[in-house]
Amino acid sequence: MANNTSGGAMDRPANRNEHYVANLADTAMAEIDAVRISEKPTNLYLDAWRDLRKRPMFYIAGVLIIIAAVAALFPGLFTQTAPNDMCLLANSNGAPTDGHPLGFTRQGCDIYSRIVHGTSTSLSVGLIVTVMTMFIGVVFGALAGFYGKWVDALLSRAGDIFFAIPYILAAVVIMSVFSDYRNVWVISMAIGIFAWPSTARVLRGEILRVKQSDYVMASTALGVSRFKILMRHVLPNSIAPVIAVTTISLAAAIVAEATLSFLGVGLPTSTMSWGNDISQAQVDLRTAPQVLIWPSLALSITALAFIMMGEAIRDALDPKARAQR
Amino acid sequence: MIGYIFKRILQALPVFFGTTLLIYFMVFAMPGDPIVAMFGDRGVNQAVYEQLRAQYHLDQPFIVQYFIYIGGIFQGDFGTSFSGQPVSEVLAATFPVTIRLALMAVFFEMLVGVGVGLVAGLRKGKLFDNSSLVMSLLLISTPVFVIAFVFQFVFAIQLGWAKPTVSGDAGFTELLLPAIVLSTLAVAYIVRLTRSSVIETSGQDFVRTAYGKGLTRSRVVRVHILRNSLIPVVTYLSIDFGVLLVGATVTEGIFNVPGVGRTLYQAIIRGEGPTVVSFVTVMVLIYVAVNLLTDLLYAVLDPRIRYGK
Repeated sequence: MANNTSGGAMDRPANRNEHYVANLADTAMAEIDAVRISEKPTNLYLDAWRDLRKRPMFYIAGVLIIIAAVAALFPGLFTQTAPNDMCLLANSNGAPTDGHPLGFTRQGCDIYSRIVHGTSTSLSVGLIVTVMTMFIGVVFGALAGFYGKWVDALLSRAGDIFFAIPYILAAVVIMSVFSDYRNVWVISMAIGIFAWPSTARVLRGEILRVKQSDYVMASTALGVSRFKILMRHVLPNSIAPVIAVTTISLAAAIVAEATLSFLGVGLPTSTMSWGNDISQAQVDLRTAPQVLIWPSLALSITALAFIMMGEAIRDALDPKARAQR
Repeated sequence: MIGYIFKRILQALPVFFGTTLLIYFMVFAMPGDPIVAMFGDRGVNQAVYEQLRAQYHLDQPFIVQYFIYIGGIFQGDFGTSFSGQPVSEVLAATFPVTIRLALMAVFFEMLVGVGVGLVAGLRKGKLFDNSSLVMSLLLISTPVFVIAFVFQFVFAIQLGWAKPTVSGDAGFTELLLPAIVLSTLAVAYIVRLTRSSVIETSGQDFVRTAYGKGLTRSRVVRVHILRNSLIPVVTYLSIDFGVLLVGATVTEGIFNVPGVGRTLYQAIIRGEGPTVVSFVTVMVLIYVAVNLLTDLLYAVLDPRIRYGK
């Protein structure tokens, strides 16, 4: 019955002989207590992390994302060819040659080099949009779901307003408004400002569910302030689906940037971007489809990696899906 | 039920005004003078310019313009595009095309999405399931314009099965290729939705009971599994129909379909305020209506859900 690990607070009253019930360490309860203490602490996120490491999808997606991130940060590691130097019109839509594994664009630039150097644009847009939608979505969703009543009515209707306009069209209008200032930040803003309501909705629904939990009622009974309950108990327990949705929406943002560039309202053609390259390649689709295929492939694989990662995270965080497998 | 519908319509009002105000503001903020643009390179006479500005209420402050416009809509007047054509005529010309395209796309989504999803769900973990999973992930992560180009290149140009672009009257056979392209993304989602729904339903007690009382597999699948799995799918399909009605800018652009999406895109690029705002207004109305119908449909399909009290 040696229970040396239990807290000092338990022992003190016993030493003073001030109570009429057996000391916890002397009862059968001590066994249960001891087992609990020696066991590794666990929670939703630790479980999910353990589950995630068993999934091949997680590794495939992770490796692809790391490759893309390295290419974005250090393009020099992948190619020595500068994307815009040495563009010879003689090479226009040319077949692959030595040192230029994917051939040449219409302007005679190296396709492989342009893809590598375009990675950072796509990833930056994806990242900025994600941070933005996450921030606005979490604030709106959390407040609406937790406080309910008029706060919910106001914030949810605000979300509906942005949700009712298809976000590609809204982004086209915004990009037309800022036609003189087209850069990575402006295009991210144009996409993000209409993309957040879905994040807010997911979080709001989850918070409505979590709010009913016993531990929330217990905290209320203990007199913890409403805001503190939201921040300490409700939000950490309802953020899981948001993480999954956000990872997937990062892929959607990358695709949206390419779509806007394709529509001619995206980044200026001087900016290296997969969307611009695909857009410029469309005129030669019949004679030189490879010019269009390669940047599209890079785009699809990157988007695929983030979608796969999001799905793996979602499945790992969902105890129901874990049991079903 | 009536009370619920009334409440929903009441809730939709602020969304309607908010959305139209927002889009009106954004169009208002677009650079460039549309009247100068109307005259192109020739330049415009000052008196004509003033008169046109007054005619289109462009000399009024922003908020007055908005209310003049909204007031007109409630009287059935959707304004006049800068080319002089009433916007209602443009709407009447483009919406039927988009509706036809959307109906065809939803048909493909149902046929392929539910079919593949059902088989994948019943053969969970087998080759067919895994390959359909990979295919749907690929479709989801490929931008629609790339799919459109590939389909146009392979089926229209290389194989010659369809025309690469659609003519002015946008007939049924011409719209086949754009409709398939348009449906690909939703097909991918529906395959996954149907699959997980079928797997979940297959584990239910009533399915075991059905097998237990000796029903054939095909009957269990048809009557017990499929019917109960379709509730989320039907909901998704109806929402997607609403999205498609709002127009597919990219697909319509590539295949030259004279529908809502392409017309709206051109109007935005030209800075045609009235056309843009009118289209978006109609879109919001459709969006609100489709959402309401979806919720009601949900109640019809799933007896456990009841609105009202």
